[in-house]
Formats: sequence, structure tokens, C-alpha cells
Amino acid sequence: MDLILISTLSMAGLGLVLGGGLVLASKKFAVENDPRVDRVLEALPGANCGACGFPGCSGLAKAIVEGKAPINACAVGGSSVSQKVASIMGVSDTGASTDKKIARVLCQGGNKEAKLKSDYRGVKSCRAASLVNGGPKGCPFACIGFGDCEKVCPFDAITMSDDGLPVIDEEKCTGCGLCVKECPKFVIALVPERNEVHVRCRATMKGRDTRDVCSMGCIACKRCEKACPFDAIHVVNNVAAIDYAKCRNCMKCVEVCPSKTITSAFAERKKAFIDDKCIGCTICAKNCPANAITGEIKKKHVVNQDICIGCGICEEKCPKGAITMERAGQKAENRCS
Amino acid sequence: MLKELFFIIIGSVLVNNFVFSRFLGNCPFLGVSSKTETAVGMGMATTFVLTMTAVAAYFIQNFILVPFGLAPFLQIVSFILVIASLVQLVEMVVLKISPALYNAFGIYLPLITTNCIVLAVALLIPQKNYNLIESTIFGVGAGLGFTLALILMSGIREDLEFSDVPDALKGPAIVFITAGLLAMIFLGFAGLVPL
Repeated sequence: MDLILISTLSMAGLGLVLGGGLVLASKKFAVENDPRVDRVLEALPGANCGACGFPGCSGLAKAIVEGKAPINACAVGGSSVSQKVASIMGVSDTGASTDKKIARVLCQGGNKEAKLKSDYRGVKSCRAASLVNGGPKGCPFACIGFGDCEKVCPFDAITMSDDGLPVIDEEKCTGCGLCVKECPKFVIALVPERNEVHVRCRATMKGRDTRDVCSMGCIACKRCEKACPFDAIHVVNNVAAIDYAKCRNCMKCVEVCPSKTITSAFAERKKAFIDDKCIGCTICAKNCPANAITGEIKKKHVVNQDICIGCGICEEKCPKGAITMERAGQKAENRCS
Repeated sequence: MLKELFFIIIGSVLVNNFVFSRFLGNCPFLGVSSKTETAVGMGMATTFVLTMTAVAAYFIQNFILVPFGLAPFLQIVSFILVIASLVQLVEMVVLKISPALYNAFGIYLPLITTNCIVLAVALLIPQKNYNLIESTIFGVGAGLGFTLALILMSGIREDLEFSDVPDALKGPAIVFITAGLLAMIFLGFAGLVPL
């Protein structure tokens, strides 16, 4: 008991003496800093993840004040931080590139879906495994599944599923992009958070070759291309690719994809609802790409919820603001794993 | 007495050079040895920290840890505490005196905290039963040995910039090979002084 007391007291005393010494030294050797550096540093998230390319948040704060880094250089903080930094620096936040991005896994080739071409018994690291003839999976684009991304994520946002695929917690993901850099197969990509539809395959082999190695791969059938009302999805190099700027989360492509390569949170598909402000101008009905809105002129229009694809065009076009997009919920099965 | 001190300093600078024969402090050794100017500065800063640590370690060991019987389990904790504070102090002083040097050090200055040479010196002093003067000299010697290693290495690396290195060995590979060769050369000092 005495020993515990003595050790605690002596350590506390030592710490006190040294700490006091440091306080005195910091007074004596104080250097005049640009006060903005400290304020910017306070505004930054303080995760020191290094995603901005500077050594920690203090490095970025200094670079921002010196004008070497843009005010929105911190991807983790997003627009809220860049606004704070902008007000400290006395410039206006243009909002450019502050559209928050998060990491998404663009592969569904888990242990069950993707065929193995070899039995890898080396170091359990994706980077190491990818050096041995491109990794153990038959598909050269597939996620290797040893979880290098899980290890590198400073925010614990990535967990490996039993199937050997990374699952990203959208709440925790800050879009710092460290996993994107870590993945030797470039399976993870940063995409705008508002986009919910993703082609989760990157295999550029011909459709049949893709099918041979993975049951979830894109077979380049182009059905999504035909189904898309907004010209937002195209098959390029034997794999479908979404133009995220054009995509409106209508999920039409998800419905038609035969191999379930394209995924989205189906349960969260939005539906249009028209309230009493409607004056029956028919603009919404004319613009609806799915012809889901019906109604006579000068009478309140109705949305057929079974046909509505939730693209939100009617909401934009309605001159009276009578249409709101809301989550219908529990409508269809959730196909996003 | 003087003879023993001489042996200690030769022993820690050449024979048991902390970088080349104990293989400690390799991170700053490889990190800051690309330019002689920063190498000298880093060596000086580390020497200062090492000397102060050696003195502090002696006092803490003999006036706090041993009398209270805490030495077996609080040694590392208390030494780390001292080292961390000393490095903070050095950081402040360097920033005040020479901001250019501070920028040249970059991340390596706070990393002196985790430089294993510093902890090794602190832990070796009680082991070897050095008295105050011997401890101080040992700290200075360790620092000078580290500085010597840094300067030698930086000189070689500055020349390496202009030499025709095979593609496969460019970058860290050739640096590691050089460090290995230097370590082998330092083996030649073995047996120079009775330890």
C-alpha cells in the first residue's frame, strides 16, 4: 500500500516539477505566432489523419494561413469546417469541392461470389497478396479481402464482413481517402455522399469472362443504359459507369440489373408527395420521366407511388412548391449489402 | 579517473556507437541524414537532450527510484517523462533561437522523444552504475556518437546524389546498404578500449 502511495506521489511530483518547468520555459521562449494559425487549428477536426497531405492538422493550419493550401483542404471536416476556416481567414467560402464525399466499396466479389484461382497462404495483407500474380481471386479487379483498408482507417469506419468484403459505416466515414490510397486493387472510391446508386464492379473483361470468375460482376448487358431516364449510366470498357453528376438516385438501373451488380438502398428510395398547394398546372405530369403523375388540369394531381422512381424532377419543376420528396420506406427489399 | 572517463567517451562514440553497433535511433539517422547542415543541427539537439537526460536519469535513479524502492517498475515511466519534457524544452528553444533550423528538423525534432538512444542512455546508466560525472560523459558520448554517425552518413548521401546508382537500388535501398557498410566499418573499433 505504501509502495503504491509513494510511487504515485513521486510520479506526480516529478510530473509537476517538469510541467512547471515547461510552463516557465514556454513563457520565456514564447514565439509570436500568427494568431490565425491557432484559430484555424482549433477549427480543424484534430484527427491528424494526414489525408490533406500535410503533417497533421497543425501543418495544414499553417499552410492555410500562409496561403499554400485552400481553405477547404480538409476533406474530413467538410463544408462546416471550411466555412469556419473561411471566416477566420476573411474570405468567402465558395463551396467548391466541399460537396461531401465518402468512401464506397466498388466490388461485391466476396468469398462466396468470386472464384479463387489460387490458394494464397502468405502474409495476410492485400498489398502482399496482390503482388503474387495479382492476388488469389480469379478476377484481377476483385477485392482481396485481407482488410488493409480496415487497418488504415483512422475512424474505425471500415469492418470486414464474414464474406471478406469491407463494409463502410457511412456515419463514421469522413471521406479522408486513406483507404482509397491503401487499396492495391483500387476497389474503394470516394463518391459524393448524396449518390446512392453504385455500380459495384470494376471488371473490364468481356461479359462472359467476368461471369466466369464472379457471380456479381458486370456483364455489360447495357440494360441499365437503356433503363436510365437521365442518360447517367453508360457501359464503357465492358463495365457500367455512373455519371454521378447526372444520377438522380431513381434506382431504375438497380431494378433491371440482372446480375445485381448495381446496388442502392432500395428501402430508402424517395417518393413524391403532392400536397394541397397544387393548382393543377400539369407541369409535373409533363416532366415526369416515369409518367407516374396523373391529374386533370386545375385539379390536384396524384402520384402513383408504385410507378414513381423518386428522381425529384417534379419537386424542382413545381412552381408552387407543392411536391415534397420523402422516404417511402419498407417498400421493396433492400438490395444493398 | 580521467582514464575511465576517456574510455567511456571512446566507448560510446566509437566502439559501442549507438547507431552502428547497438542499432538504436535508426529512424532519425536515416531521416535527417540527407543534408550535412541539418545533420549537424539534429546531432547537436540530440546531444543536448542526451546530456540532460543522462544527468536527470542519474538524479532520478539515485534520489527517487532507488531510495523509495521504485526502480524495478517505474524506471521506464519516469525516464520517458523526463525525456518528453526535455524534448519539449529543446523544441521551444530551437524555435526561439533558429526558426530555420526548426523548419529543417520538421517532424524529427519531436521525434527525439521516441529516439531509442535517449531511453537506452537513461536505462544503461543505472545498469552500469555510473556516477554523476560518468553519466554526464556517457550522455555526451552517446550524443557525439550519434552526431558522428549522422555527419558521416550525410556526407556519403550528399555524394550519393551524384553517383550512378543502379535503378533497383535507388532511394532507401542504397541508404540501407551504406548504413550496413558503415556499421561493419565500425566493427573495426571493437576491442579499442577495455569495457
